[in-house]
Amino acid sequence: MGKTLFEKVWNNHVVEAIEGGQEILYIDRHFIHEVTSPQAFDGIRNRKIDLFRKNKIVATADHNVPTENQHLPIKDILSKFQVDTLEKNCKEFGIDLYGLGHPYQGIVHVIGPELGITKPGMTIVCGDSHTSTHGAFGAIAFGIGTSQVEQVMATQCLLLQRPKTMRITIDGELEKGVFSKDIILHIISKIGTAAGTGYFVEYAGSVIRALSMEARMTICNMSIEMGARGGMIAPDETTFEYIKGRKFAPAGHELDKALKYWGSLFSDEDAVFDKEYFFHAEDIEPMITYGTNPGMGISITSSIPGYEEVENPLAFKRSLEYMALNAGEKLIGKRINHVFIGSCTNSRIEDLRIVANYVRGKKKAPHTRVMIVPGSKQVENQAREEGIHQILEDAGFELREPGCSACLGMNEDKIPKGEYCVSTSNRNFEGRQGPGARTMLVSPLTAAAVAIKGEIVDVREYLKEKAII
Amino acid sequence: MEKFVQLTSTIVPLPNQDVDTDQIIPARFLKSTSRQGFGKNLFCDWRFDSKGKEKKDFVLNDSAYRGNILVAGKNFGCGSSREHAAWALYDYGFRAVVSSYFADIFKGNALNNGLLPVQVSEEFLTDIFSKVDRNPKIVLAIDLESQIISIQETGLSEYFEINPYKKTCLLNGYDDIDYLISKKKKIEQFEKTHIEF
Repeated sequence: MGKTLFEKVWNNHVVEAIEGGQEILYIDRHFIHEVTSPQAFDGIRNRKIDLFRKNKIVATADHNVPTENQHLPIKDILSKFQVDTLEKNCKEFGIDLYGLGHPYQGIVHVIGPELGITKPGMTIVCGDSHTSTHGAFGAIAFGIGTSQVEQVMATQCLLLQRPKTMRITIDGELEKGVFSKDIILHIISKIGTAAGTGYFVEYAGSVIRALSMEARMTICNMSIEMGARGGMIAPDETTFEYIKGRKFAPAGHELDKALKYWGSLFSDEDAVFDKEYFFHAEDIEPMITYGTNPGMGISITSSIPGYEEVENPLAFKRSLEYMALNAGEKLIGKRINHVFIGSCTNSRIEDLRIVANYVRGKKKAPHTRVMIVPGSKQVENQAREEGIHQILEDAGFELREPGCSACLGMNEDKIPKGEYCVSTSNRNFEGRQGPGARTMLVSPLTAAAVAIKGEIVDVREYLKEKAII
Repeated sequence: MEKFVQLTSTIVPLPNQDVDTDQIIPARFLKSTSRQGFGKNLFCDWRFDSKGKEKKDFVLNDSAYRGNILVAGKNFGCGSSREHAAWALYDYGFRAVVSSYFADIFKGNALNNGLLPVQVSEEFLTDIFSKVDRNPKIVLAIDLESQIISIQETGLSEYFEINPYKKTCLLNGYDDIDYLISKKKKIEQFEKTHIEF
């Protein structure tokens, strides 16, 4: 029987299978950030041991950094202490840190790929659930807790139960105005937030093959929102072209060797998955969430379901109360005061280009505050070079500096209580963007259209007027 | 890590489904660099209003419900990988969480901190909720060795699954890290032939 992509990569990293079904898995790359690493460093110090392979660890500051005046000392005392602690720890243990002020600083899941650190066939972990993003390169990448961060620091390994395999195939051709964010929101709305628990997902099909690397990252990024530890996509020419020439990517003879290996990373035709789902591109429309988990999504022109259509009316009612919405209500035309464009899901240069192309020559709605936070310093600089900054500034968008920002409301970028925020991030949990904030997840293009109109719109209506993308 | 062998306690029922780790401990409280002290902010936005006053209708503020066992709806601990969620529950005083379904990362984090996730059937969970509805003082007994959870009042019990390795760890208070460190030679040997492109 053939092997799945997941099995090929996993098997290549098993140090030992132990009794009871656990396996010791070797980790090729470990990303760390300021929030989930300090307790792990303390653990290492308490044990009086050194890091096992410090050259396999890369650090950045992203979750808890301000997104303005990054050249000045951090004002919030606790945040400053946490960021300083990361710096101190990296210095003490000899780890490469792309901290504030460094030209490579940014959201950990944006910088890994853009620096060519993320490569096919690798195992990658980070104390952050959206580590699944890196799976877009055909890597096994997943989020871990802080105890596991410490384990990897101490041994470069994790003790794990091998997950089951799932394949999600999406075939067909996407309609104009429909993006990878819509694909993943559509999938999660159909299969639910726990369908992937215990599984590692492979995304396949003609739609996935046609996507750019950055669009693929958006899909893999949200694998965790269906409960899956990670999601991956078999590497192909698109992947190889993206990697070539990046800072830490192999070159010359090394690249030739790598390409040969990377080319073998796909699921064999006779490979068997524990679970399979199939979707058609033609069924996917621009999506928006109305509830308090990413599975509560609808196509933007649809109505919120009725009580008789949902599995758990009590949980549904609770969500709608939190969101101040009604069963059966349509969202089109709803006034929106806050738009957030950013996060490890949608803050890459392509996302900014999509937004800028739509926004060029337009002004944001007067009542709408629009925050746009690039994923990294490199994205920010690229946007400046391409003139994207000017377009967005002219439109009245607030351009901020790189970080996780209002995706999780850890720093001061929060949405006020009771306000709706149309957001390109990944989670619409209660209070995620600030206590009492009401999040609606969308694609960057939909976010841009909402920012201009100041209310929820079907972006396809506007695309008809002018061929924008 | 503290050992976990047996636990007999009254319970705190939280029937909500899909309780995510942002609810368990909101991100704005993750600025600490230590593992301690998260209990005071456990379920902060459900427990307190914006002025910091206790919300009467939340179960942790209801003196009728006390105990070391949290019983929660399906898909507990979904979302962010923050281990702070497990630390907060433990720091508050919980030693076990019972649900019909746990999110993967949370489950691993709980096990690594001596907080036992007990996965029961949907029927058993419903049974606990209906019993506690009638009598807030019902007592659950969890025995890790035999992997049995029972409702003392009725004697109704159920077998629960746990990875045998993790079970040994909990019964003895071992960490994964001790085990992995003992495998260092093996790991170094693996590295000799492992090629990373």
